[in-house]
Amino acid sequence: MSSTPASSLHLAVALDGTGWHPASWREPVSRPRDLFTAAYWADLVTEAERGLLDFVTIEDGLGPQSSHFLDPDERTDQIRGRLDAVLIASRVAPLTRHIGLVPTVVSTHTEPFHISKAIATLDYVSQGRAGLRIQITARPNEAAHFGRRTIPRIDAYDSPAAHEVVTDLFDEAADHVEVVRRLWDSWEDDAEIRDAATGRFIDRDKLHYIDFEGRHFSVKGPSITPRPPQGQPIVSALAHDTVPYRLVARAADIGYVTPHDVDEARAVVARIRAEQNAAGRAAEPLHVFGDLLVFLDEDPAAATARRERLDALAGQPYPSDALVFTGTPAQLADLLQELHSGGLTGFRLRPAVVGHDLPAITRQLVPELQRRGAFRRAYEADTLRGLLGLARPANRYAATATATASA
Amino acid sequence: MSKPLKQIHLAAHFPGVNNTTVWSDPKAGSHIEFSSFVHFARTAERAKFDFLFLAEGLRLREQGGQIYDLDVVGRPDTFTVLAALAAVTEHLGLTGTINSTFNEPYEVARQFASLDHLSGGRSAWNVVTSWDAFTGENFRRGGFLPQEERYSRAKEFLATANELFDSWHGDEILADQETGTFLRDAKAGAFVHSGQHFDIHGRFNVPRSPQGRPVVFQAGDSDEGREFAAASADAIFSRYAALEPGQSFYRDVKNRLATYGRRPDQLLILPAASFVLGDTDAEAEELAKEVRRAQVSGATAIKHLEFVWNRDLSAYDPEGPLPDVDPVVSEEHISRGRAQVRMYRDPLATAREWRELAAANKWSIRDLVIETGNRQNFIGSPATVARTINDFVQADASDGFILVPHITPGGLDVFADKVVPLLQEQGVFRTEYEGSTLRDHLGLAHPDQIGDDRRAAS
Repeated sequence: MSSTPASSLHLAVALDGTGWHPASWREPVSRPRDLFTAAYWADLVTEAERGLLDFVTIEDGLGPQSSHFLDPDERTDQIRGRLDAVLIASRVAPLTRHIGLVPTVVSTHTEPFHISKAIATLDYVSQGRAGLRIQITARPNEAAHFGRRTIPRIDAYDSPAAHEVVTDLFDEAADHVEVVRRLWDSWEDDAEIRDAATGRFIDRDKLHYIDFEGRHFSVKGPSITPRPPQGQPIVSALAHDTVPYRLVARAADIGYVTPHDVDEARAVVARIRAEQNAAGRAAEPLHVFGDLLVFLDEDPAAATARRERLDALAGQPYPSDALVFTGTPAQLADLLQELHSGGLTGFRLRPAVVGHDLPAITRQLVPELQRRGAFRRAYEADTLRGLLGLARPANRYAATATATASA
Repeated sequence: MSKPLKQIHLAAHFPGVNNTTVWSDPKAGSHIEFSSFVHFARTAERAKFDFLFLAEGLRLREQGGQIYDLDVVGRPDTFTVLAALAAVTEHLGLTGTINSTFNEPYEVARQFASLDHLSGGRSAWNVVTSWDAFTGENFRRGGFLPQEERYSRAKEFLATANELFDSWHGDEILADQETGTFLRDAKAGAFVHSGQHFDIHGRFNVPRSPQGRPVVFQAGDSDEGREFAAASADAIFSRYAALEPGQSFYRDVKNRLATYGRRPDQLLILPAASFVLGDTDAEAEELAKEVRRAQVSGATAIKHLEFVWNRDLSAYDPEGPLPDVDPVVSEEHISRGRAQVRMYRDPLATAREWRELAAANKWSIRDLVIETGNRQNFIGSPATVARTINDFVQADASDGFILVPHITPGGLDVFADKVVPLLQEQGVFRTEYEGSTLRDHLGLAHPDQIGDDRRAAS
């Protein structure tokens, strides 16, 4: 897949407010008053780039954060409010040169046509470093922000009714990604010809209608934005179960998963690879990254103390889908290498306190991994696909045209 | 005492996807690479312009059932490119055209509020409407909106977005690390809107941005459009850049403001204007003619004639006489995704008139399209253009202009270098930015201030 050694792993950081712990904003190192400024995000992404990370993801949502899974709350002791993740990514793109920018995009209430051109444009302004992380929302209150549809209330997460709702939302997400991807390909790379002799700016035979018809939307195309520099920017998704594993296997370049040990990692990777085979994508590269929430300190007791302090401030232990790691950078390096041996190709680290744990990742974990020959010592590519060892894909419509011509 | 001189507002329209833009010029660069946008924005900022302006179209134009290929095709996503431009400029306002038909208020409001935060208060929204099923084929709702409802949706869309912007007041975030109070008010962002087009409620998730609300532009020219602007807009992107039509439009719209309890200085009139500069007026005239010929190739001339004839004219020679067949009068139009074709309300009469014009002047099809098409608004030496622009503004033909160069991205450079210094010498254009937000540049009050004034007046 790439010239990077097989022992080398990929590293991303998941950015969300002042960090993933809900009490993180109360740490003196945090800057909660700067959350809504460009400078704050520029500082974080620049720090991540200093650590040679593959990319950052940026969390988002179409409603306020909440301590409840499906309902809003009225808490005043946690961060509420956020900026649009695509626009944050775009705002920091001209200030960085190598790091990938992967904002969260909610498929449930957005237009795939708008999302496709937004990420294509992010790819232009970053010169080939764009991606997206697709997310669904089953929150009834967020549906009410749009008023276009009602989402049935899920009472028990594992009930058959809940399964049906979630499956439907993931099916829609798959359609959304399919449309976004087709639109990226709806212009062939050499469609712009500027032929002064005939007066034609484009060769319209190299622009394609995508003619997508699905249950939730139909989209004609082509895009208004030419094919982006990477051809296909990166598509990624967080997955905890069969339905989202299937989305990852069918549509994504990266899946984020949450195993808690190497055996679980092996099992999850096997399930995703099986879905990948079933989808006829066995030959295509698909990264499976482990998500971990991290408290990093030189002294393991300090990391534990920090976690306890924040849990006490929050009034409860932090409920996490992902493994919560507390310890030293060297211990984390051990764990990442062990999980890597279980088939995970990289990791998306969620800093508990971004002001503390992000520099710990870039200035301590990264050098530790480098010493072990497990992480890059310099950026080896100019695009996110390049960093991930993914080739620039052929255009699906160009292939069709060639096949038709030779038939 | 004579009337004090008005200060001129200037903006830069990134060259669009129509035949004003001459892509065939050897100097013409990319319309999609970010470097072109950076060059253009930095030139505008170097010249102390008020803002940069981006148009939008959500479906590639077609003619005769095929994608129109003679003009520049392809452009970036408006919000995304403006957010990136905020990183390479410090003062320049960032105006995006965003459709109220194929978007939803919650999402657009959070995008504008985010852009306003990320640019330190420089965002503006040109609210446009459309209804066509053709564009709707790219969106969830399809072509759902009857034409007559487009302004009622646009009005309610803007009102709803304003409710969302106003759902945070600006003092909610305490972020007191000691006491653990992040929000002063648990209900921050709460909103309820029930109307004909939108029935939504919940919590807006972007806190109050530096400008409170983005500056709002309106571009429609109908009576309904003008009334919408008088009621709700901060500025109008108008089409009347000539002196007398400009003055008449200016009077008309400014006179509508009183009804809404607004003063004339609370709505700026900013027509789009093209220009050609030369060392002398004569040289500029020559150059302007060359540009018009470059804007209308033989192929383009035939396509533009089809706007009126509404039939395939590809068999005609652009250097030959006008077609002897008559236009097809039909609801179905050969050109799709182009507002311009609606200007020809009586195609048979237009065709008759054009045949007579062409015969009298011995014009070919191409000559006719060039001669009846848009002439550049300002043609001349830098001194002539600076004087004309100032005269027009002082004579209330406008409050300034949104300049549309014909070359990407360098078409603004000569204006910045040669015309702007003359306007500055005359004391009618800023030499430094005085404030940090677009409202500051445009002399518009913060919405909270306007609210206070209205309360004080009542």
